[in-house]
Amino acid sequence: MTLPTALDLAQAVRTGERSAVEVVEEHLARVEEAEPEVHAFNLVAGEEARAAAAQVDARVARGEDPGPLAGVPLALKDNLCTRGLPTTCSSRILAGWVPPYDATAVSRAVRSGAVVIGKTNLDEFAMGSSTENSAFGPTRNPLDPIRVPGGSSGGSAAAVAAGFAPLALGSDTGGSIRQPAALCGVVGLKPTYGVVSRYGLVAFASSLDQVGPLARTVGDAVALLEAIAGHDPADSTSLDRPAPALSGCLAQGVEGLRIGVIQELAGVEGIAPEVGARLHEAADALAGAGAKVDEVSVPATMWGLPAYYLLAPAEASSNLARYDGVRYGLRLARPDITSMYEATRSAGFGPEVKRRIMLGTFALSAGYYDAYYGQAQRVRTLIIESFAAAYERFDALLSPTAPTTAFPLGSRTADPLAMYLSDVCTVASSLAGHPALSVPFGTGEGGLPVGIQVMAPALGEPVMVRVGAALEDLAP
Amino acid sequence: MTTSPGGWETVVGLEVHCELRTATKLFCGCRNAFGEEPNTSVCPVCLGLPGSLPVLNAHAVELAMRIGAALHCEVRPSIFHRKNYFYPDMPKDYQISQYDQPINVGGYLELPDGTRVGIVRAHMEEDTGKSTHVGGGGRIHEASHSLVDYNRAGVPLVEIVSAPDIRSADQARAYVNELRGILVATGASDGKMEEGSLRVDANVSVRRAGSDAYGTRCEVKNLNSLRSLARAVEHEAARQVALLEAGQAVVQETRHWDEGAGRTQALRSKEEAFDYRYFPEPDLVPLEPDGPWRARVAASLPPLPAERRARVAALAPGAPPDRVAAVVELGLDGLVLEAAAAGADPALALSRAANEVAARAPAAGGLDPGAFASLLQMESRGELTPTQAKAVLSRLLDGQRDPAGVARELGFEALPATDLAQAVDEAIAALPREWERYLSGEDKLAGVFVGAVMKATRGRADGKAVTGLLRERRRSQAG
Repeated sequence: MTLPTALDLAQAVRTGERSAVEVVEEHLARVEEAEPEVHAFNLVAGEEARAAAAQVDARVARGEDPGPLAGVPLALKDNLCTRGLPTTCSSRILAGWVPPYDATAVSRAVRSGAVVIGKTNLDEFAMGSSTENSAFGPTRNPLDPIRVPGGSSGGSAAAVAAGFAPLALGSDTGGSIRQPAALCGVVGLKPTYGVVSRYGLVAFASSLDQVGPLARTVGDAVALLEAIAGHDPADSTSLDRPAPALSGCLAQGVEGLRIGVIQELAGVEGIAPEVGARLHEAADALAGAGAKVDEVSVPATMWGLPAYYLLAPAEASSNLARYDGVRYGLRLARPDITSMYEATRSAGFGPEVKRRIMLGTFALSAGYYDAYYGQAQRVRTLIIESFAAAYERFDALLSPTAPTTAFPLGSRTADPLAMYLSDVCTVASSLAGHPALSVPFGTGEGGLPVGIQVMAPALGEPVMVRVGAALEDLAP
Repeated sequence: MTTSPGGWETVVGLEVHCELRTATKLFCGCRNAFGEEPNTSVCPVCLGLPGSLPVLNAHAVELAMRIGAALHCEVRPSIFHRKNYFYPDMPKDYQISQYDQPINVGGYLELPDGTRVGIVRAHMEEDTGKSTHVGGGGRIHEASHSLVDYNRAGVPLVEIVSAPDIRSADQARAYVNELRGILVATGASDGKMEEGSLRVDANVSVRRAGSDAYGTRCEVKNLNSLRSLARAVEHEAARQVALLEAGQAVVQETRHWDEGAGRTQALRSKEEAFDYRYFPEPDLVPLEPDGPWRARVAASLPPLPAERRARVAALAPGAPPDRVAAVVELGLDGLVLEAAAAGADPALALSRAANEVAARAPAAGGLDPGAFASLLQMESRGELTPTQAKAVLSRLLDGQRDPAGVARELGFEALPATDLAQAVDEAIAALPREWERYLSGEDKLAGVFVGAVMKATRGRADGKAVTGLLRERRRSQAG
């Protein structure tokens, strides 16, 4: 199935060659056909999408500029707030809640002409790596329905892979855009922390969360990133700088770029042999294209996982405290406030969310704070220093995105640690706040896609997308 | 230092929460207003809706820096933490507050009596909403239901923590009174304790006089006025002394001041010990006011009460300190200074301001200092009697601006000096026997002449001026 890119569709709509309504209908038809098997969406907003597409067409008819993403269907991870559309985070605890506002990333994408066609499934509150931790049932990998799409942005990755939408927004805290992109054979981009506003992204771990694009091509992902990036006064952690101009970098090639292959991740425990083989082929291909490729040791990347699984739950335990039944969402009536809290939160949260709230609460407790949270923060600093040393010698770094290809549903649910290992390659750049990109590069066992991760220092998106676009061209 | 007759010393440290007088809340654009319809001044941010994020209010930071500068604190780079606990009036179930890196540390406040009370810190935080528990005596655990108003949620606060340097109930009252004056002067607060703009908690302990060690302290809450504060400290210290003298121990706990009963009561002890799990607020960036901003804030500080008292006192040496303090507290010191600068007698200006003007406090703001000064000068020159001057002042406080015109209108037009002298001479001539007696030293006979002159001038003469002329005549005849 060869589908047009988002940029091709936008071009056709802008020139009047195709109507946005027609484009949306075509995608909704694919949703109707395959969604029962895939379950990428928590909500398909067909009527709203048709109305929005008609408005895009009206703008084209009036001779106005409908925006660079005119008429392109966009799937939104269901932890991005949408005015008037329920936002569930795939949790029972938000039952019935309809946000009174749009996330900044959403309103910017819509202003660029994108048409929201639905809200996609995720691991509850973005906590997971398989989209099995959803109150509304798992999403399946469109390439092989017995397998997971990865997570937590599994619904967004599956929607793009299944042709439900050429573009999707996800959120990435420790790999939640990149890992599902890899498992579904699409492109996933996590920007530098602060490049995209977090306003309206329901928080999991505030110091790590970033909104980013999923798409079928690097060019499409870059177009969506350019639409949503840039300073937002509503997010104090958003960087006070304009959106990066990246489209121009795509065709620049890798001639002369210094690219390091991270040894610790190339040989990470549990890595599938085919994944390791694709990584070496990717490195060789880049060298063949003129890059100076070498091996590099970044030891601190191996400390990322334990630090991440202390810091992210610690912040989550606080971020998720507000779901208490008092103001919105689920409430189980009980005779007093404490038992109302307990009953509501016990019924409203799934087991993985509860596990992380408990982990995080413990990590912040008096007497343990320094040994856990404090120590993890120190490790985070070491990771940043370790990367800084590597970036003195290299412009970009390479690793697998995930140690394996898509795994069967249920195969890791009983063992949280095995599931957490899915993030081993992605958490380090999250902790450093650096950008990272997953690009499909060949296949592994059973013909399932393998993703290669390209990492760059903070605000190194231009170099990162150059390498990503080259890999896309060089992919077998 | 104050000690009780039994040789006990009271030790008090105060925590004062001050609501900052900003137009909007600490982290969002909602109005910071008191007394609105419940839940009308709210938005996704101050309701803690999913996905919302805080953005720090620069004016609140500026007011916090002013407070720090006024309390002689070091104004430092700071960060915000999250203080985590569940309570229905706290929308996010954590409070954004400064913790171990507050904006202001290490200052002092000087009381009017000269005592210096250390300021440990003055940090920023957000206020919570307001719960009303219906039924069950107003406590959450027995209530049938509770109502929550989030208008106050996110209102900016500065918490000012004193060192345990206060030694009596009177000093505690003086500290809060002085602090209130400073907060009002800096524009940080409206100082209204009755509206909760200032909320005071007192940490009270007692120890043997002469001891350096601190006793076990209790925190007393619900102090809604200066009077409650003084009574509560008094009572709590007495309660602790009684316990210790009976050989019992003071238990460290939080106690609630019951204004009606006039005593403190232990709050029902919470079963769980509180662990607030503080950690740095990841939604905000470190707050690092640069040098120029800090310098601008320090330079913009208005004169503070202590400095204003000193100015007035220097102008009117020997004036009673409480009169000076009252004038400053009522904001009438500017009037006194301006009147003095315009040539009025400072002591007279202070006296009129502290009494007649203060009595009409709301109208005092409209009093024209120039007119006030002219009136005082007319009085000093003897053109008006004190009684007449007060009557004219009352008209000026009603909004009139020309004291001479008012005096004319009231028929107080002063006698020209030559007319007065003539009236005095006529009275002397008409009462030769009384004059002889006055000359021989019977001072009380002056009254007879004053009466005669008053009668002759139909009350327009100033008694003091008449007495002065009589003395003058006696001196010249004796000479």
